Amino acid sequence: MLTFLVRRTFVMLLTALCLTFVVFVLTNLPPNLEKLAKTEAGSRISDAEVESWLERNGFARPMLLRYGEWMGVVPGWRNEQDGKVTGRCIQPGQDPATAPRFCGVLQGYWGFSTFFKAPVGEKIAYHLGLTGILMFWVMVVMVPMALLIGVLAGMREGSRLDRTLSTFSIASTATPEYVSGVLLIAVFASSMFGLKWFKGTATGAMNDVTFENFALPVLTIALYGTGYIARMTRASMAEVMTSQYIRTARLKGLSFRTIVLRHALRNALIAPFTVIMLQFPWLLNGVVIVETLFSYKGFGWTLVQAAGNNDIQLLLGCSVVAVMVVLATQLISDIGYVLLNPRIRIS
Amino acid sequence: MQPLDWTGSLAFLNPVTMAAALALLAALLVQTVLSALAPDTPATAPTRVVAETPRALALADLAVRLLFVTLVILVLVYPMVGALLPPEQGGIIGALTRRFLPVWIALGITFALSVRYKRRLGLYGKLFDSTIGMIGFGLVMFWVFTAIFSDLIITQDVLEQVSRMKNKAPGTALPDGSGWYLLGGDHLGRDVFSRMVAGSRIVILIAPFATIFAFMVGITLGLPAGYYGGRLDSILSFLANLILAFPVILLFYLLVTPEIVQTGMPQYLAVVLFLFPIIFLLTMVNSRFRVNPPRRNLLVAVIVVLGGYVYLSLISEPDSAIAILPSAVDAISMPGNILIVFVSVVFVNAPTVFRIVRGIVMDIKTRDYVAAAQTRGERPWYIMIWEILPNARGPLIVDFCLRIGYTTILLGTLGFFGLGLSPESPDWGSTINAGRKLMTIAQHPAIVPALALMSLVLGLNLLADGLREESLRD
Repeated sequence: MLTFLVRRTFVMLLTALCLTFVVFVLTNLPPNLEKLAKTEAGSRISDAEVESWLERNGFARPMLLRYGEWMGVVPGWRNEQDGKVTGRCIQPGQDPATAPRFCGVLQGYWGFSTFFKAPVGEKIAYHLGLTGILMFWVMVVMVPMALLIGVLAGMREGSRLDRTLSTFSIASTATPEYVSGVLLIAVFASSMFGLKWFKGTATGAMNDVTFENFALPVLTIALYGTGYIARMTRASMAEVMTSQYIRTARLKGLSFRTIVLRHALRNALIAPFTVIMLQFPWLLNGVVIVETLFSYKGFGWTLVQAAGNNDIQLLLGCSVVAVMVVLATQLISDIGYVLLNPRIRIS
Repeated sequence: MQPLDWTGSLAFLNPVTMAAALALLAALLVQTVLSALAPDTPATAPTRVVAETPRALALADLAVRLLFVTLVILVLVYPMVGALLPPEQGGIIGALTRRFLPVWIALGITFALSVRYKRRLGLYGKLFDSTIGMIGFGLVMFWVFTAIFSDLIITQDVLEQVSRMKNKAPGTALPDGSGWYLLGGDHLGRDVFSRMVAGSRIVILIAPFATIFAFMVGITLGLPAGYYGGRLDSILSFLANLILAFPVILLFYLLVTPEIVQTGMPQYLAVVLFLFPIIFLLTMVNSRFRVNPPRRNLLVAVIVVLGGYVYLSLISEPDSAIAILPSAVDAISMPGNILIVFVSVVFVNAPTVFRIVRGIVMDIKTRDYVAAAQTRGERPWYIMIWEILPNARGPLIVDFCLRIGYTTILLGTLGFFGLGLSPESPDWGSTINAGRKLMTIAQHPAIVPALALMSLVLGLNLLADGLREESLRD
């Protein structure tokens, strides 16, 4: 088990390293830097001035070196001009002598957002917190609903209940968030049918979560995920219900309810656990769409703003967080699967 | 001219339809609850016990069936009778039905022929044994034919703006009296209906082709990874997992930006990705006709010349990073923004296909017929393409249908974030994005494309479900 853990963690770190480098390269392409120089130093500057601006701000160095700086394994750049020392690690107004040599992600320094005019680390932490609240409620709604649908559909495969619920889950996987969100807003939050039950924006939910302003965003994300988890649960439940020990329990004369609740359910829920964990990357997609649609200023909204405004440091930070979330959930789902399923032994 | 309302002179039927729909819903609910409470008749029991169906349940069944038939008839009356009535009386539904006339004819012919000859059509024919599969197929073909005949169906020019029609409700007549905006006008006064119909062409063109390319890449890499295993497998799987660890939207935001198009990266990606279909076809032909050199050489030459020409004209674009072919010879012109949308969708889908193919191959390669082929002295690529791949077709076809649906969703996502395609473009994602901003004033500009996209994806999912059921029955 320990070697398995170590190896998985090692592969995960290697993947994280590769991914952050890819993201770094993609966000630091020459056109991006040129655009950054023009937004920072004025849009009408000449090519030569762009060059010198990049030179002065440490962007003209080799990509690998700058990646090292950003990671915090290579000393940050320093420039001396007219007796004034500027550098990556020197905050405005700070004495160059007291500034640290290394400053990167490893030291907890994520850079400075050009769009928000605030440190990236702080910004991401705040908006990630808001998304955390959204995700929590999505999970609270989605997981029990999906498991219930899946178990009910899978316990009698081919029955009428199964067909109804399966059609529902197919329909829900066919409705991406931007479709269901628009439809939900039209029906429940606009003048179309006059049912103004909920609010069409979730901006108010950032300070104060109420049923009125949070129901639609949560439902929108949960609907798309429900279908998939329910179908997986149904498949797993149906498989368990045909197994030998369930037949034994039947022949023993146990009631259907006991068989489902005591014998089948526990084994049927192993596979959905993995699926739920692996849903996180998909939920992240949903979060970006829903936060844009309902203007809820969470992590997804931040990512869109960062990408739309060429805010390189912020986009890098968001990407790293997103990728780490995905990798961490993959690791957890692997470990959880091994722990939950006694049939898998890792020697 | 008078504005149209939805049902025109058939409005007297509305209360009846509403009542039937409500009653059906109630009956369905009762039926579901009753069947959940009914004593259990396990389908898996060794001998099937014929249990007495309780009276209440039988009654509910009957009610559901009757109400359903009534509702279907009622719902069919609106478009059919509406289409025959003059435009002012047929209402919007009647007018829409008339606009879609070419699609109905084509659908009718397709279904008639397919049902007539279904026993001779293999897996495709079996599809017509399952209701779900048929509904799915019908929905998909509806949009395919809509895309084909879109020039006949649209009522207005897609980009024409009539300023007095801004955000007007469905059925509003044009100020010059030349017709109606059947599904209303959008925020710039363009016809929502025509844009929705024209948008289907973009989706129907890009989604299946992008999926085919993703499958070519996934199969070409997945076959050897699963068959040989070892280091090749580890490296390819690591790369695939690398791409899969990106949340899709992040990847889109990194790949589909004007800055990236400027660097020419989509074209370089296309250079690599578009090579795979040619490689696949070449290995396929070569492994099959290796023992018959004249035939092989002929086929290889044909593939290289034809495929090479298509390949070159796909990747090269005048005045961009790669301009190999002069524009006179360049048959297929793919504008930069379409190319990047296409490439990034292929790029996102290929690793998943790779993983599926790899898994199936690892399973199939332990079968006896593979061992027999190996003993016969067949080459590895022959075994992979001509022994393993045909036996993996079932799950792959099902996944293909699902993946076209997923690609459609991805295209919509790109449009929703305004990435890639121009904001003028009538594709569904962009129109949803434009419409959602004014949801409080006018809902139809966003709802119409949203429903269109949903029905297409739903059709593809149902089709996949039907195919899965029928292929399992073999």
